[in-house]
Amino acid sequence: MSIRERLSGNEAVATAMKQINPDVVAAYPITPSTEIPQYFSNFVANGSVTTEFVPVESEHSAISACIGASAAGSRVMSATSSQGLALMFEMLYIASGLRLPIVLIVANRALSAPINIHNDHSDSMGVRDAGFIQLYCENNQEAYDNTVMAVKIAEKAKLPVMVCYDGFITSHSVENITLMENEEIQKFVGTYKPEEYLLDEKRNISMGPLDLQKYYYEHRKDIADAMRDAKDIIKEVSEEFAKVTGRKYELYEKYKLDDAEIGIVVLNSTAGTAKDVVDSLREKNIKAGLLKPRAFRPLPYNEIPNELKHLKALAILDKSDSVNGYCGPLFSEITSAMYSSNVHVNTVNYIYGLGGFDVKTDDILEVYNNLQNIAKTGKVDKTTYYLELEDGGEK
Amino acid sequence: MNNSNILKDGNSVEFKTGAWRARTPNHSKDKCKNCMMCVPFCPEACIKQKDNILVGIDLDYCKGCGVCAKVCPFNAIEMKDNNND
Amino acid sequence: MPYNLKEVVKKQNRLVSGHRMCAGCGAPVTINAVLRALKEEDNAVVAAATGCLEVSTCIYPYTSWKNVSFIHSAFECASATLSGVETAYNSLKKQGKLSKDKETKFIAFGGDGGTLDIGLQSLSGAMERRHNITYVCYDNGAYMNTGTQRSSSTPHFADTTTSPAGKVTQGKVQPRKDLTEIMVKHNLPYVAQTALFGNLKDIYEKAEKAIYTDGPTYISAFSPCPRGWGYPTEDLAVISKLAVETCFWPLYEIENGVYKVTYKPAKKLPVEEFLKTQKRFKHLFKEENKDLIDEIQKEVDKKWDYLLMMEEVTNKQKED
Repeated sequence: MSIRERLSGNEAVATAMKQINPDVVAAYPITPSTEIPQYFSNFVANGSVTTEFVPVESEHSAISACIGASAAGSRVMSATSSQGLALMFEMLYIASGLRLPIVLIVANRALSAPINIHNDHSDSMGVRDAGFIQLYCENNQEAYDNTVMAVKIAEKAKLPVMVCYDGFITSHSVENITLMENEEIQKFVGTYKPEEYLLDEKRNISMGPLDLQKYYYEHRKDIADAMRDAKDIIKEVSEEFAKVTGRKYELYEKYKLDDAEIGIVVLNSTAGTAKDVVDSLREKNIKAGLLKPRAFRPLPYNEIPNELKHLKALAILDKSDSVNGYCGPLFSEITSAMYSSNVHVNTVNYIYGLGGFDVKTDDILEVYNNLQNIAKTGKVDKTTYYLELEDGGEK
Repeated sequence: MNNSNILKDGNSVEFKTGAWRARTPNHSKDKCKNCMMCVPFCPEACIKQKDNILVGIDLDYCKGCGVCAKVCPFNAIEMKDNNND
Repeated sequence: MPYNLKEVVKKQNRLVSGHRMCAGCGAPVTINAVLRALKEEDNAVVAAATGCLEVSTCIYPYTSWKNVSFIHSAFECASATLSGVETAYNSLKKQGKLSKDKETKFIAFGGDGGTLDIGLQSLSGAMERRHNITYVCYDNGAYMNTGTQRSSSTPHFADTTTSPAGKVTQGKVQPRKDLTEIMVKHNLPYVAQTALFGNLKDIYEKAEKAIYTDGPTYISAFSPCPRGWGYPTEDLAVISKLAVETCFWPLYEIENGVYKVTYKPAKKLPVEEFLKTQKRFKHLFKEENKDLIDEIQKEVDKKWDYLLMMEEVTNKQKED
């Protein structure tokens, strides 16, 4: 049985956390994820969770406390955004390096400077190599579902998981949502049974040693292998989730892509906007489609190119910029994956929506118009565009 | 090996540090009054006692720092340079 | 029951042989002196900041930590990390997942760099949140693991590799930051300053109080470093004694705001007696630097008088 509800993204994720009832939550407030520690403090104060909440004095200490609590043997969650995630940078590598299954909610927000509290993906993209599994969510339903799955994925993969959704656009917008029953979630996540943990009464252990060259190299490869193996774990957990809820999740979502001639790759809420544009183009018999990665870490590097190889023109939309004078991170990773799979499609990169700059259906339409030209001419005269800033497009 | 956790507490005793020594403590049983002062002052925790009787200095680990010799109120420990002939 | 060295040395060492600290280092002696205050049957989780202690006692695949669990995460968050461990303990205990009769204590160790400088915020946060942890700073007066760079705890005018004695400036320009007093202002149930003095009674009793007092407690422990300070490795106890007898490093404790000086030298030696034993102060004995020693003496006396005054005032307050 499921519960019909109307919740914002933050509310949905906080509800999932309540139903999961983790042992410890250590968090520091930062817009736009602030509401999560707020909602959660309410759950704690009113006894609807038995979680121990740690109101730390900074995000660096939030993740450090999570590391201590997880290493000690408890199930641990937290939430942050933007500068908070950036402040956690060194500790994220340590959380994954110690193979701790911490679930970290990230309401995506732009990075300073200049300071900006609105949405883009520069924060989670900025820590994409930190060893966290990264799941991206289009709306509050996906944020809720991925939060529940993240706990199980993390504990199976023995890697921390980041659940990313767009600040304000998803975090603060109320949408219809279907919630699971508490018992369903409790059964799904089960109780956390770590094998090696500090408070194990059978043996004392040491964590976080100095590793010299040989061991360090081997241990880092173990972490990389765990990330590779996580792909199957994500699929496995998603299948179990589908059995319980009927909601199916893959490593990515294809929307009218299989027979498309022009397509885009895009993350999170903009995919929702783009689907409307795809529908309107389809009504005019223009074969448009899109691919929305859900797992960005691990990157489905051989699956995604396979889904794109039939396209005549492709645009990869980045809501963050690598500032490498060339392109955004999603573009560089997807095109390099295509290259390794010998898949060549005329591809362009759109950097868009930085700092919450509005992304309207007209803007996405422009992308598809550009793709139609590329499909017709077979030529790409420019690789990277800044949507709405200098795409040169007269509306 | 799939993580960096160390599951055998105190296993550093498998690593001998005695080779660091440039000089060696000589503990004289008859001068020793078993006052126990040297035992907790040893940075290597390698001065052994049994029911407050000083058993000896474990040269597998002693780094020759000389703290025990200086702390001993009865000069029962004498540091001798290792004759590295 | 009163302190008895002979009984205490029978207790186990929880930092065992095979670690890689320098010969004559004060830190492992300090750590074992503190951990000896644990009841034999009690368990503990130790967190360490990155530093000499951590990189020398936990080198994969070896750990020198025995009958305690150990975690090192990073340089500036030993306190935050340990506060997470202590929180997990409370959570698991509440759920009945840990046996009732087993007691586990939570102790963090950090050098002065990891505690007074880069780790100060994390320490202050954990203390303010009233976690039931004990933080022990083994204070060796500089960043020793990276080769004796100055820290806020480096003594005034001490020569370090980043505050060298030169023609223009004479060692560390600033006086030392007094973290023990900063911790007092956190209104902790117990704060203490100790050293490896006499038969280690002072450090044992203070560690016992700190560990077994409920709530956040803090200890500053004088941890001599032969390599960084420039004195013969055998003089660990000699240097500690001189620091105490000159009141360069006063031994005192504060219980719920009430000060108690735990050792008053019968004959307070001039600070020069302490300074002359170490190379890091050698430049102060040049003719032109003599006044700097007077300045240090003034600072030592000022703090000593402050402590005696606080002892008097806060005890009187307690009686009223």
